[in-house]
Amino acid sequence: MSRDRQPLAETVVQDKTVFMIRREHRLISLIFILGLFGVWELIARLGLVSPLFLPAPSAILVTGYKMVLSGEIFHHIGASLWRIFWGFSCAVIIGTFVGILLGFFSVAESIGNPIIASTYPIPKIAILPLLILWLGIGEYSKITVIGLGVFFPMVINVYTGVRNADPVLIKAAISLGSNPQRIIRKVILPSALPMIFAGLKLGIGIALLLVVAAEMIAADAGIGFLILTSADLMQTTKLMFGISILSMLGLIFSWLIDRLEKLCIPWKK
Amino acid sequence: MRVVIENISKTFEDGTGEHIEALRDINLSNEENEFLVVVGPSGCGKSTLLNIVAGLLPATSGKVVFEGIPDESRPHTAVVFQEFALFPWRTVERNVVYGPEERGLPRKDRQKIVRYYIDLVGLTGFEKKYPHQLSGGMKQRVSIARALANDPWLLLMDEPFSALDAQTRTIMQGELSQIYEKTQKSVLYITHNIQEAVFLGDRVAVLSRRPGRVERIIPIDLPRPRQEHIMLEPRFLSYVDQIWQHIRGQAMEALTEEKP
Ligand SMILES: Nc1ncnc2c1ncn2[C@@H]1O[C@H](COP(=O)(O)OP(=O)(O)O)[C@@H](O)[C@H]1O
Ligand SMILES: [Mg+2]
Repeated sequence: MSRDRQPLAETVVQDKTVFMIRREHRLISLIFILGLFGVWELIARLGLVSPLFLPAPSAILVTGYKMVLSGEIFHHIGASLWRIFWGFSCAVIIGTFVGILLGFFSVAESIGNPIIASTYPIPKIAILPLLILWLGIGEYSKITVIGLGVFFPMVINVYTGVRNADPVLIKAAISLGSNPQRIIRKVILPSALPMIFAGLKLGIGIALLLVVAAEMIAADAGIGFLILTSADLMQTTKLMFGISILSMLGLIFSWLIDRLEKLCIPWKK
Repeated sequence: MRVVIENISKTFEDGTGEHIEALRDINLSNEENEFLVVVGPSGCGKSTLLNIVAGLLPATSGKVVFEGIPDESRPHTAVVFQEFALFPWRTVERNVVYGPEERGLPRKDRQKIVRYYIDLVGLTGFEKKYPHQLSGGMKQRVSIARALANDPWLLLMDEPFSALDAQTRTIMQGELSQIYEKTQKSVLYITHNIQEAVFLGDRVAVLSRRPGRVERIIPIDLPRPRQEHIMLEPRFLSYVDQIWQHIRGQAMEALTEEKP
């Protein structure tokens, strides 16, 4: 093949999917966030907006530092965490139990599903006045309203997880000699674990929301109380610090649940 | 020990109240230490039959009898499913130990059993892996070990290799043949693959298309141990051809028939 040929025009094939490549732009994220705070600080320092409406980030930090030193903030965080803890953990335990019951036993399902379907849409905070009437203005009504909020996503997720357990795994377990109780423990429960964790993640967000709402309605301590009273007293820095605490709590909670999930579901890819 | 399948019929009623006759009057027996293969076109009720024998599905009529079982210390059956059906949250060894655990064997015995069967299926070194870390062939080995570890009287296998690629499948057929020759278990093996049926079986029962009936039972008179090259021998091929002639017409009908 050594015949003389005219040089041919060449067109090299190009990758047409270049625009779809997704990368992590860490530096951009960081610069943007720092820039945002910088602009905010600048606006406040130049006095463009009254500090009553928009205090400088540095002022919020100073106030926060003082509240940490005096221990005031821990008093409020402690009160909120305590309520979240009891409401959340009771709801998780009961919700998981009820979810398994509904998913596994058709009688329970026929009784429970209509009740849940009709009560689930009620915004839980609307029940708080009733709960205060029944349980008093103290801790029980707040814990209960948080519990109710967490209970529903737990039940619904666990129920779905149980119902979606692979029938062939249940068959395998039966053929290997498992009785129904052991199937629940050794097949259904682990099958439902990913859904249980999805419920936990939803639930913790709802718990945070409800604790603040409940504390704004009736409380003498807690982050919600702090935010409301700070607003009444025009202490905007305190108010904003309270809000940042909520953001941090939310992040810490979801981080903890993620860690726990990795620990409990090592087979998840 | 002998398993007798007597006049088994099965009619499903689906959600719309329509009746689907899956099996009609099946009579079969699985002799002691016999490798019995049931072959038939897909949808003819093979899985239904296996599930009935495993006690995972009630028959509409007829019965399955296990003759000559001295006591109830060993389970009647253990199943190897096409979908592997491994517990994803259990490692290889914890999957294999599942049956002995459920039977309440002491820890020492369990460990011995697990080590023996993991070695038998060639999984040594993979004990701590999770199923999702294994290839399809490896997964099915785990499933076979798990079923054998429960020491059933009858091993039930429902198209165990049909989810595997052709090469892996050939290798697994050879390995299963060896395992059978070594353990001398009674096996009821379901497949739609005729070569596989002839290669593995002592007898091959050919089912007709739905409703499944036993069309013929063909004894496979090939020497054991069987190795892959037996698939090239004229005797092997004539068995394959004989079964194909039975199934061909049925398969053609099924192919051209409208879906219900
Ligand atoms: N649970 C069920 N409800 C209704 N029909 C079913 C059910 N299981 C199987 N069938 C029908 O019974 C027939 C036989 O199914 P199957 O035993 O799975 O066939 P095979 O394993 O030979 O492919 C099929 O037509 C299938 O649609
Ligand atoms: Mg099948």
